[in-house]
Amino acid sequence: MTGSSGPLPGLPQPFLVPGTSSFSAFLADFDASLLPGAGLTRAGYSSAAASNARSGNGPGPFDSVPHGTTIVALSFPGGVIMAGDRRATAGNVIAQRDIEKVFEADEHAVVGIAGTAGLALELVRLYQVELEHYEKIEGATLSLEGKANKLAAMLRGNLGLAMQGLAVVPLLAGYDPDREIGRIYSYDVTGGRYEEHMFHAVGSGSQFARGALKKLYKADLSETAAVTAALEALYDAADDDSATGGPDLARKIYPVITVVDAEGVRVLTDAQVEPLVQEVVRARQSSPDGPNAALPGSGGAS
Amino acid sequence: MTMPFYVSPEQLIKDKADYARKGIARGRSVVVLEFDNGILFVAENPSRALHKISEIYDRIAFAAVGKYNEFENLRVAGVRFADLRGYSYDRRDVTSRSLANAYAQTLGTVFTEAPKPYEVEVVVAEVGPEQGTDQLYRLTFDGSVADEHGFVAMGGSAESIGEVLKEGWQESLTLSAAAKLAVKALGRGENGEQREIDPAGLEVAVLDRARPRRKFKRLTGPKLSELLG
Repeated sequence: MTGSSGPLPGLPQPFLVPGTSSFSAFLADFDASLLPGAGLTRAGYSSAAASNARSGNGPGPFDSVPHGTTIVALSFPGGVIMAGDRRATAGNVIAQRDIEKVFEADEHAVVGIAGTAGLALELVRLYQVELEHYEKIEGATLSLEGKANKLAAMLRGNLGLAMQGLAVVPLLAGYDPDREIGRIYSYDVTGGRYEEHMFHAVGSGSQFARGALKKLYKADLSETAAVTAALEALYDAADDDSATGGPDLARKIYPVITVVDAEGVRVLTDAQVEPLVQEVVRARQSSPDGPNAALPGSGGAS
Repeated sequence: MTMPFYVSPEQLIKDKADYARKGIARGRSVVVLEFDNGILFVAENPSRALHKISEIYDRIAFAAVGKYNEFENLRVAGVRFADLRGYSYDRRDVTSRSLANAYAQTLGTVFTEAPKPYEVEVVVAEVGPEQGTDQLYRLTFDGSVADEHGFVAMGGSAESIGEVLKEGWQESLTLSAAAKLAVKALGRGENGEQREIDPAGLEVAVLDRARPRRKFKRLTGPKLSELLG
């Protein structure tokens, strides 16, 4: 017998136990120390953070770790766009100018992250492995709903850390092949999962981005128009939120833009994004607050 | 009370090996061969759901013959092994060599310690960055590993299939030529007679060097007919 008594050479016994097709469940069983944030809960680091936060004594220990900021997503006929700015902040310092916060989750879904960057990146990495693992074991991809629920379950595992100031707030967008539309899911730190219709934004600049999208969104936007709307929304977020980075024309650092449609995920290249960004920035030079909406009774659009 | 018979270790090992060989010989065969742009897998398998060929990781695939539940167990373990390694280190650190070693140890342990050996034969294949860097490991039920070059045939009539491949295989076969050769080889019986195989009864996949990250791709339906046409 290849019983579990004593170490045997080769694949450890848990590898050979049939059952789960979830990688994170396997990991929790086999070596939970590899799960995102596992070291933090053990270290007692978190209780220090909590007491610091309670007493309000200046900066807590987590103010010094990078945070990701604004992610926007909006649907258009036949797909969905997700875009993120490139800034990570640690307190009042810009920790990174060219961080990427929107990732391909699998061939038909993207995930963007706001919140504690280190933890969020680990979570995304685990999520990517999770989806691919399921696909390989089962020989079929998860439904979009299934992917959304899985992400919720993984966030729930991070609740303890979120309560101590290490929140991760993802945004999921994907193409639903059954309904042939792009769909958007937002989350709260407890793992609450909400389907968003039309558009959504998360992160520190999200209120401003959402305000912008509210005025720019139309159900029949073309793909390019939807990308431009996302750029305008991020511009507005950067305009009013110090933690969100605007397009950096000098360094040629532009928002990350992903498009998901029936063909799968496409990450737009800098060469594709650059002219659109320049157009948005040029228009802002004559109209710094961005495009205006027409008011009823005002005699047409300005 | 009956006294157990004494069985010499040689006899015990031989019996186990014969048992495993018989089990494997009952099943249909799988062919794995290199072509100019990757590695091709062809199995005679009428089932569309119970695969003999599978993706393990970005550049690594798995093919097996024998008892389904046993090689399926190994396949799942391999996916877990690869995903765990890729997750804890980096995607580039997942290699077919380490997976082949782990399989070999497991098969060897089961062969010597379990009452019944696994009735399986497995190929672990990894496509390299260019032609000539591909790796094929063939693992047998007792845990032996062979580092193969060019092609491997496993299962029922592996010997006669291997002969057809030996005659026809050369480096820089195109995908279509390799597929035709594989199907011809699978159709060769023990006694040298040739039979036609319906493409619907074939499971075909490639590790395609030209694909971006995940090199594994199944070929079915019209794409397959076109390839064999």
